[in-house]
Amino acid sequence: MVFLDFEKPLESLFEQLEKIKQVGEQGDIDVSSNIQELEGKIKNVRKEIYSNLTGWQKVQLSRHPNRPYSLFYINTICKKFIELHGDRYFKDDKAIVGGIGSLDGQNVMFIGHQKGVDTKSRQYRNFGMANPEGYRKALRLMKLAEKFEMPVVCLVDTPGAFPGLEAEERGQAEAIARNLMEMAQLKVPIVVVIIGEGASGGALGIGLGDQVFMMENTWYSVISPESCSSILWRSWDYKEQAAEALKLTADHMYDFGIVDGIIKEPLGGAHTAPDEMAKMLKRHIKKVIGELSELSVKDRIKMRIKKYEQIGKFSKKKKNVRVKQGS
Amino acid sequence: MGWFKRLKDGIVTKTSDKKEAPDGLWYKCKECKEATTIKEITENFHKCPKCNYHVRIGSYDYFDLIFDGKTEELFTDLLPEDFLNFQDLKSYDERIIAAQAKTELDDAMSVAIGKVHKKPLVIAAMDFSFIGGSMGSVVGEKISRSVDYCIKHRVPFMIISKSGGARMMESAFSLMQMAKTSVKLSELAKNQIPYYSFLTDPTTGGVTASFAMLGDINFAEPKALIGFAGPRVIKETIGKDLPEGFQTSEFLLDHGFLDFIVDREGLKEKIGDLLTLLPAA
Repeated sequence: MVFLDFEKPLESLFEQLEKIKQVGEQGDIDVSSNIQELEGKIKNVRKEIYSNLTGWQKVQLSRHPNRPYSLFYINTICKKFIELHGDRYFKDDKAIVGGIGSLDGQNVMFIGHQKGVDTKSRQYRNFGMANPEGYRKALRLMKLAEKFEMPVVCLVDTPGAFPGLEAEERGQAEAIARNLMEMAQLKVPIVVVIIGEGASGGALGIGLGDQVFMMENTWYSVISPESCSSILWRSWDYKEQAAEALKLTADHMYDFGIVDGIIKEPLGGAHTAPDEMAKMLKRHIKKVIGELSELSVKDRIKMRIKKYEQIGKFSKKKKNVRVKQGS
Repeated sequence: MGWFKRLKDGIVTKTSDKKEAPDGLWYKCKECKEATTIKEITENFHKCPKCNYHVRIGSYDYFDLIFDGKTEELFTDLLPEDFLNFQDLKSYDERIIAAQAKTELDDAMSVAIGKVHKKPLVIAAMDFSFIGGSMGSVVGEKISRSVDYCIKHRVPFMIISKSGGARMMESAFSLMQMAKTSVKLSELAKNQIPYYSFLTDPTTGGVTASFAMLGDINFAEPKALIGFAGPRVIKETIGKDLPEGFQTSEFLLDHGFLDFIVDREGLKEKIGDLLTLLPAA
């Protein structure tokens, strides 16, 4: 098991639990009561730790190496799933996956960022950082979904769009911008769920939808806390402060009205009970698709546009009077 | 007299007797380092007369260069606000106040309606001098309202981008302005109103990855820096020096992301042509 720095109190408890279990297996001593006691303790400590997570701790959880990724969820919640590849222009991006799945009889187009589970596959997936062809593949699949009238589900989990030389040559900015404009007018429902990291334009590039949700221990921001620290504090050491200042947690995003809901995670995070998490995700997606499908295409697009049109905070001054501020 | 023959040590001229060139009289070109008078630069379309470097100018300078004469500024009632109480080394509030004092602008974008060769056009122009031309809620709202205005009056729309990207101090709200502006531009497109996107030095980050790349026509000033990620970030990522001319207007034209590059001297003429050849349907 991997323990994050703030999970240290749990580590020794789990070690004790392992030892007791071993003793129980070896001899005839009955350890069931000790095990029960320890498990109760673990639960309490977990509750305590997880009820007061800081922004930075949630960022760490969202990057937990055991956290489930898009393909796990899709394969778990769909009876059938055909993965589709390629943008038809240049290449197949491994950092964004997609395909058609059957969700209890309803065909759904799934699109999601994909990270790897070990060093080799992490490199293969480019750490979930997509190139332009990834966004163009996503758009191709969305258009396919539109043609055959199936809803689109986007699972967002990326540390950002890849900042590489070739990415610029092939128009990273254009690819993301094009998706935003096309997703605005897509005729089928779009449900977005942030399942891990939601970093900047790379996340938004498949993140515009009718309804947007965040899992409990995820984040959404215009910039990662590390990069924010390096730019505004001119040092990499202020990531905790940056995470606080950016107010990037699901709770904040929900309060701001930027996301429409939070999907609870099992105690300790999605990785502690992936199947349970997948079940909750499935229930949620099905419910929202059902609701969105009842709207007419025209109404749905109208609502989508209104939803984004309203986002923004500013103050107003009296007409034509330049308000002098400060000294 | 050489310094080695100096009779007295140090600088003896009193500060009050110091002879200085008055501020704002001379301009040293960033590109060729030649000094020119501000007057010469201004009369030369804000370009260096020696090397043709396009000096970074503000929204009102562009309005002067492009519009026939009389213009009306739109949506002047919007002010930025530090609603997140964002605090880094300075608070966002302090940054706003300092930027407003320095630039005498409310935020990083001004919008105006006017005529170009007698044809109406709405221009939303960004000011890099205001917190790096960063896009926050005010910029998003000004674009959003401009789109509504252009649809209502069936007037073509042009944005002059000049920005480092999204404004970090507005966190997710600034990110969402990418969505907001793109969504609005999709409405403009649906109404068959042309949108000309004019990219100037620099256009990067969330601005490039939203409205700047979405023009029916994308065009840029010569040698402008245009990209998604900043050159420093890319250099750190790939661990190599970047090729000459990477992320310039010319590079983007060559890679198929711009329709053309226009010298500031011919800018007004070109926009006039666009209004004739690609008007509202």
